[in-house]
Amino acid sequence: MDPIALWDCMSSPSCVVTQGAAGLISGFTLFLVAAGLTLIFGVLNFVNFVHGAFYMFGAYFAYTAYGLTGSYLLAVLTGAIGVGILGALFEIGFVKRLYEADHLLQILVCYAFILIFDDVVSWIWGVEFLAMGMPDAFRMPPLFIFGGVVPPFYIVLIATAAAIAILMALVLRYTRYGKIIRALASNADMISALGINTRLIYISVFALGTLLAGTAGALAAPVRSLSSGMGFTILIESFIVTVIGGMGSVAGALVSALLIGLVRSFGSVGFPLFAEGLIFILMIAVLILRPQGLFGRSIREA
Amino acid sequence: MMTRQAMFDWAIGAAVIVAMAIFGLYNESGPVRDGIIRFCAIGLYAMSLNVLVGYTGMLSFGHAMFFSLGAYAFCLLLQTGVVGIPSAFVLTVVIAALLSTLVGLVCVRLTRLFFAFITLAIGMLFYSTIVAWASLTGGEQGLTGGIPKDPFFGIDLGDPFHYLMVNVLLFVVSILILRRILSSPFGAALRMVRDNPNRCIFLGINIFRVRLTAFIIAGVYASLGGVLMALYVSGAYPNFAYWTMSGDGLFMIMLGGVNVFLGPAVGAGILLALETVTKTYTSHHGFVLGVVILVTAMGLKRGLLEYVLEKLGAIRGGQGGALDGKASMPAHAVEVGHEATESVSLARTGREQE
Repeated sequence: MDPIALWDCMSSPSCVVTQGAAGLISGFTLFLVAAGLTLIFGVLNFVNFVHGAFYMFGAYFAYTAYGLTGSYLLAVLTGAIGVGILGALFEIGFVKRLYEADHLLQILVCYAFILIFDDVVSWIWGVEFLAMGMPDAFRMPPLFIFGGVVPPFYIVLIATAAAIAILMALVLRYTRYGKIIRALASNADMISALGINTRLIYISVFALGTLLAGTAGALAAPVRSLSSGMGFTILIESFIVTVIGGMGSVAGALVSALLIGLVRSFGSVGFPLFAEGLIFILMIAVLILRPQGLFGRSIREA
Repeated sequence: MMTRQAMFDWAIGAAVIVAMAIFGLYNESGPVRDGIIRFCAIGLYAMSLNVLVGYTGMLSFGHAMFFSLGAYAFCLLLQTGVVGIPSAFVLTVVIAALLSTLVGLVCVRLTRLFFAFITLAIGMLFYSTIVAWASLTGGEQGLTGGIPKDPFFGIDLGDPFHYLMVNVLLFVVSILILRRILSSPFGAALRMVRDNPNRCIFLGINIFRVRLTAFIIAGVYASLGGVLMALYVSGAYPNFAYWTMSGDGLFMIMLGGVNVFLGPAVGAGILLALETVTKTYTSHHGFVLGVVILVTAMGLKRGLLEYVLEKLGAIRGGQGGALDGKASMPAHAVEVGHEATESVSLARTGREQE
């Protein structure tokens, strides 16, 4: 515990920039994962505990694609689309049987898949930590902003994630597909009665949600070490994000993901061992004072 | 005054103790013995979680907090050197009751998923505290250095037979007391809170108080499991408090069956056996475990013990305990037979809808 170190950091621009940048990239990565989670919950009313595994697959797919092609762009596309397809298959094979089941059964099946997927990953890619390494295109000297160190890759990552966030908001708000999804979240029977194939929409929403997780994993692969347990941590964090932001709210997910990224980043300066604890305190406070979350309405507000 | 059911239960308990005593006299060590001791600790933990999940319908995701609290409090008290094992045990139970009251006051107001989330958050806060407070708890390395096991009341935990019997006795007696609690009117109130909260309100039952009491009972029982685990490993480790431990608990009770009294203990036994076997024969025990859960959850749609008992016709459609037959229906329920049947059928339709 060292609050003085935190105070020193907060009063020095270079430290604020360095920690702030680190906080923002983990915040935006977290947002992409949590946005998928909250989308799936908001529309399908399914708590997808396997979501972390899709993030993990995104990172590993990107790792392999990068090793084969050497192109970061192709790696990210492979991670995103590969995981999206996997997600669709997962929905068709298992999740569709669980929509009517109670939460305990849903969680148990998801838990089984976490175990299975983690083991599959260590089968295919081995148990050692893997590092994808920084793509050549981003191997350049870091930028210095107010004396703080910001690698250019961070800016690319943040810009990409922000672009996806904006795109998602636009799709949900203005396209026909977005309108159907929002309607589905509030009244599935009515949508089905209007002659829209809800099964197809369910599959596509699940695929879209997992695709976001895969994108996050692939985007962040160069700055994360890959291991078969990496889905666990991000899963818990994205749950915290959805709880703080409000289940089903994409805007809430953005705000709380950035909040958590920054709390973790600055918290680790002052309380290196207790940075996680701070996040849980935040979550408890929100649950007690405002159980529906800061932006807790439904996907309609997204 | 004992009902037929209670006498039957105590007879089974006594039989288990005698069987274990005979086993213990001929077995000084070995994997089966270790398995039994671990089962006592983990089984108590699983049974305690089911008080919340199965009986009261509260899906807790932070139950490992109380298991680890039991282990840490017991170890720390003994390591002070001031208290002996019996007083450390009693103090641990008191501490667990206090903490679970405190946490319960915060949590039980929230229902369903929100309850799951807040218990997860508080459980993980507890974990973070254990890791960060290294001067007290040993941090990530865990609380090591062993615990003094001075003899008490003529019992010497260094003696293999005594040690085994302490585990078995604590397990069996705790389970019998739990059985008594759950078949009392209070136990009926728990099930009603689960199935039909509105009916509780009409009947003047304070739902908040019932939930809180269930939370405290579950917390105390989990801490007993923690005490046994601390004795087994002669220490306490942060992974006792990690959320995967809470997840394992849910998993055990599902594996055995949430609607059967002994289901969680059976699930704990299956999980322990599975872990031991798969870790010995394959490096991919996660995969095997996952497939087993998947088959149980999606194939049977209920726990193993529940499935077997249903096939045998011992229980009907997921209501009542493992040993609940018609004979064990409480006297007051028979007197108001009509109303009782009605509430049972109401409860059952409630369950089917879920």
